[in-house]
Amino acid sequence: MSAVLVYVPRDASAVALGADAVADEIGRQARERGVAVRIVRNGTRGLTWLEPLVEVATAAGRLAYGPVLEADVAGLFDAGFITGAQHRLSLGPIDQHPYLANQQRVTFARVGVIDPVSVAEYVAHDGFQGLREALRLSPADIVRIVTESGLRGRGGAAFPAGIKWKTVLEQAAPQKYIACNADEGDSGTFADRMLMEGDPFQLIEGMTIAALAVGASQGYIYLRVEYPHAHRVLVEALTAARRAGFLGQNIMGSGTHFDIEVRLGAGAYICGEETSMLESLEGRRGEVRVRPPLPAIRGLFGMPTVVNNVITLASVPAILHKGAESYAQLGAGKSRGTLPIQLAGNLKHAGLVERAFGLTLRELLYDYGGGSASGRPLRAVQIGGPLGAYVPASQFDTMIDYEALSGIGALLGHGGIVAFDDTIDMARMARYAMAFCAHESCGKCTPCRIGSTRGVEVIDCIVSGVDRQQNLELLNELCETMVHGSLCGLGGMTPFPVQSALKYFPEDFMRTGGR
Amino acid sequence: MFDTQPSRDELLALIEPCKDQPGPLLVMLHAIQRRIGYVPASAIPVLASELNLSRAEVQGVVSFYHHFRDRPPAKRSIEVCRAESCQALQGDRLTAHIEQRTGLRVGETSADGSMSLHPVYCLGLCSASPALTIDGAVHARVTPERFDELIAQPGSKR
Repeated sequence: MSAVLVYVPRDASAVALGADAVADEIGRQARERGVAVRIVRNGTRGLTWLEPLVEVATAAGRLAYGPVLEADVAGLFDAGFITGAQHRLSLGPIDQHPYLANQQRVTFARVGVIDPVSVAEYVAHDGFQGLREALRLSPADIVRIVTESGLRGRGGAAFPAGIKWKTVLEQAAPQKYIACNADEGDSGTFADRMLMEGDPFQLIEGMTIAALAVGASQGYIYLRVEYPHAHRVLVEALTAARRAGFLGQNIMGSGTHFDIEVRLGAGAYICGEETSMLESLEGRRGEVRVRPPLPAIRGLFGMPTVVNNVITLASVPAILHKGAESYAQLGAGKSRGTLPIQLAGNLKHAGLVERAFGLTLRELLYDYGGGSASGRPLRAVQIGGPLGAYVPASQFDTMIDYEALSGIGALLGHGGIVAFDDTIDMARMARYAMAFCAHESCGKCTPCRIGSTRGVEVIDCIVSGVDRQQNLELLNELCETMVHGSLCGLGGMTPFPVQSALKYFPEDFMRTGGR
Repeated sequence: MFDTQPSRDELLALIEPCKDQPGPLLVMLHAIQRRIGYVPASAIPVLASELNLSRAEVQGVVSFYHHFRDRPPAKRSIEVCRAESCQALQGDRLTAHIEQRTGLRVGETSADGSMSLHPVYCLGLCSASPALTIDGAVHARVTPERFDELIAQPGSKR
């Protein structure tokens, strides 16, 4: 009898919940019982509340069990989970789970399904088809297809990817670069990490297509040092891709050369800002550059550079393979395609939901998220990381697309949504936003460097009731100065959570009596 | 792990493999910290002369990044996430418990160098908050009781 395939995620979230111990125990029990199993360390399906989620390949498909603790493993064997037998942790066929069945997985189609570092499995699941197509096309045609797909930068700025690529293509330069921004520092976001740990070849393929489109020969993945698991997966995947002829010299026999190096950040949030990231890649302090010139014209080492986020680049292979129209037909308004939304914070079913743009916050929070984990009413969500606005429950019917959210003064950012129940003190969150900015400011411009520290002091005065009215006016002025006077989004957007907290939750700032 | 300050030759050997890369300073600092556990003061002039930079420029880069340490790490290190998602799920209560349990405030290292407690701003485990690391290993959905279990286990490194 051939070995039974058992899947135990290697994703950091699963590992943080005990997946390594579960995998070891499954191996040990199988040996003791003389059962032939092959354990595959896949990515996560993104149903994090069920992690560690163990799957067994059976004639009836992949059957899941979760959340599995090390102590549950012996019982699973006793129940006969190897043949898909029932157990109190049984979840049935995983792809029919409503959380997954109601998604539109395009960019995350393979994540959690395949062995992330197996080229053979990637190829068997449509891998490198986009690259194969790109190798037949002219650079201008690749750029045109990406433009027509409507793909916009998923890192937060939402700039049309094709237009950025066109600018780089049009530059005459001895060297061009592809720089992938994998410095996913925004709290409440983990889609980049999940993709890199679950389907790294898709990112490699996307970067290679970008290189063909603009004429670049070298790529860098700037990965935050807080992601050691992703680092290991990427290094394994890059080695495997080179060995299989999909990266490096003579890609797929085309005579084209392109290679990728992973470079680690060093714990600076600001390096997620693209010019600061370029400085860091060059080995300097991660201080923001003044634009213009745009990185597309003078980027890494002064050369034309495509800077895109992980999800943006990973979206490209499917667009080349299935055509611009297949991607563009999804979505709403000017927000085309799908968005991997990350549900985080106080939700019963936090995890990853990939859907076409156009569903509402309420659907996400209640239909997918299951409401709060604490059982208390949800009071607010923060969208798009620490620089994103707080949105009150009265606006939960807002649609998830770039324009609808900016219509209510919020930003989609990288698609992370952090939910809070009614125990949250919004004055405290506003203070935290300023304190975080002070901690992470690169120090180059004054509004950000000094404004953030002053912001903390002023909020403290307001909350403790010292000259409250004057200080509220001062805080508003300070926020305006930071928005308009900062060099980049850190200082420029820190006021968003502060001002939205003040606007929608003023009572939280007025709890103490005062002058 | 080095017990004493590494020699110039040891440092040169560590950074040798990165020398031909463009913009290699961060790569070199990572190589040094990975091997030695921190970036010793003696590395600054070596890096400066190898890269034709001033010592101030090298020091400026080292001090800019939270990740680089200028002294050996504590025997046991705890990093607790202080970002929004973890705050939404009782992260403050967990942090207060850890402070009380370890006798350290966030940001401190014990005087004997046996333990450190640092903040981290997002480990990307936001769908399983609150999260922390102990000796580099990640843990999610951590309750105060779970923390007590984890810290009672012997350290895995050093």
